[in-house]
Amino acid sequence: MSSASEILRQLNSLKDAKTEIDNKISLLEAQLKDINLQNAAAASNGSSSYPANGLTPDMIHRYSRHLVLPSFGVQGQANLLKSSILVVGAGGLGAPALLYFAASGVGRLGIVDHDVVELNNMHRQIIHREAYVGKPKVKSAAAACRSINSTIQVVEHEEALRTSNALEILSKYDIIVDATDNAPTRYMISDCCVVLGKPLVSGAALGLEGQLTVYNYNSGPCYRCLFPTPPPRTACQSCADGGVLGVVPGIIGCLQALEAIKIAASVGEPLSGRMLLLDALSGRIRIVKIRGRSTQCEACGENATFTQQHFCEFDYEKFTQTPLCVPPLKLNLLPSESRISSKEYSETILKKEPHVLVDVRPAHHFNIVSLPKSMNIPLSTLEASLPEISSALKKEEERGVVSGSSAQLYVVCRRGNDSQRAVQLLHKKGFTSAKDIVGGLESWTHNVDPEFPTY
Amino acid sequence: MQNPQGFGVSEETLLKMQLTLEFGGGLELLCDSKKIHNVNVEQQNGEDKLTMKDLLSWVRTNLIKERPEMFMKGDTVRPGVLVLVNDCDWELSGQLNTLLEEKDVVVFISTLHGG
Repeated sequence: MSSASEILRQLNSLKDAKTEIDNKISLLEAQLKDINLQNAAAASNGSSSYPANGLTPDMIHRYSRHLVLPSFGVQGQANLLKSSILVVGAGGLGAPALLYFAASGVGRLGIVDHDVVELNNMHRQIIHREAYVGKPKVKSAAAACRSINSTIQVVEHEEALRTSNALEILSKYDIIVDATDNAPTRYMISDCCVVLGKPLVSGAALGLEGQLTVYNYNSGPCYRCLFPTPPPRTACQSCADGGVLGVVPGIIGCLQALEAIKIAASVGEPLSGRMLLLDALSGRIRIVKIRGRSTQCEACGENATFTQQHFCEFDYEKFTQTPLCVPPLKLNLLPSESRISSKEYSETILKKEPHVLVDVRPAHHFNIVSLPKSMNIPLSTLEASLPEISSALKKEEERGVVSGSSAQLYVVCRRGNDSQRAVQLLHKKGFTSAKDIVGGLESWTHNVDPEFPTY
Repeated sequence: MQNPQGFGVSEETLLKMQLTLEFGGGLELLCDSKKIHNVNVEQQNGEDKLTMKDLLSWVRTNLIKERPEMFMKGDTVRPGVLVLVNDCDWELSGQLNTLLEEKDVVVFISTLHGG
């Protein structure tokens, strides 16, 4: 029987071989595509006796359901094939949008992302396959797009969008789709679209709600017209902290695809000057009228002097008080003697030292996974639950074999921020020896028990 | 509602206006996680008009249960909150000076950034 390490070795060597074969396949496909494109170009250069707006027989077959659509038709499809769309973010919103862009025949499709695929992305970022976990999202998304439609051009921008590269990247596309997940990037993309004069299809989703609108289209408003002052950082939840039902960004991403396709094909009425609000839980969609372009807007208003130069020098992180690449917040509120590492805590368990572990996460987090013998007192109810802690400590002291040693009070949370806030409160309320576990349960997984689930 | 005869409304009687208020984008967390509130708002000082400014201070006093700074800044809503009166951006109806009418629907929605 093979050992686990032998199986792993074989798996790795097979995966390497597979990657090599995949690369060869991509290369050959690209070569074949070039040859086909040249042939198609030659065919449309007069040798075909059937005029079809530059569509090849294969294109007519592939896009036939678009072509027979009276309000879309050959002209709509031809416009789409000539268009270029950039999707910033290959996450929950970008995933379905990219799939539809590729399938519908957007001529050139750009993808910007700097992240790698993670297992906890898969429930909503439906463009990625399990085999790509740990690999760049751009590579994964581009491969999926190419496998749907090998006749379009897919461009990979495997980098974070910044003021230093945004002008160059965005200027190569007709339409920009904002499928990102944070405030500074949203302001940056909107401003960049204003200085370049590009329409921006903007979507957002969190929890069970979604929002969608088109900015900077036909003298409509830009993001700054609507939100001249950025919200406080505490008002901007991420999907990692607030949670998100997978299908919600899916719906908004599909609607973003719809709006971008309408603009690219020059059909219908884009959702400019209006905003769509989705409330998935109550099953309601409302479309509201929003303000037009603001004459006072700093980016696009009458007296705005916002140039490409200003854009390059603008500090979006300072403006929104939020870093562009959102690293989890790491507070440092307590002196080191009031803190204990996860490793040290694991030793107190091994030594069977009397202690009480309070987990201050919300109850629905505690229900996902928790450390053995921890008691759940959410931070919001901590102050009201102090007697509960006192009696738990007393019980633990009575149980403790070693007389004279008082029971320790430890506090844990997901990442080690709320636990510090809790310890501050406990100190104030007389539990002066309370300590928090540095880095929370995430640190437990990294430093003590890799089997402990993270979420 | 006007009373054409000026009849039956003494000074002590508070006129009440029936409104539907909705909170979204996370703002509902500030008012008991309830999104839709059907409310009767007393009009101030026996005046027969109610502005958005009056309504905001009424909401802050009567509905917002925690972290009021996540809802208001100064006498208006905090940056990042859209206010819609009958599905229309309040910028188009006069912002704080918007005059409300019986059965109006006012939506407060926090802009989302996730994706």
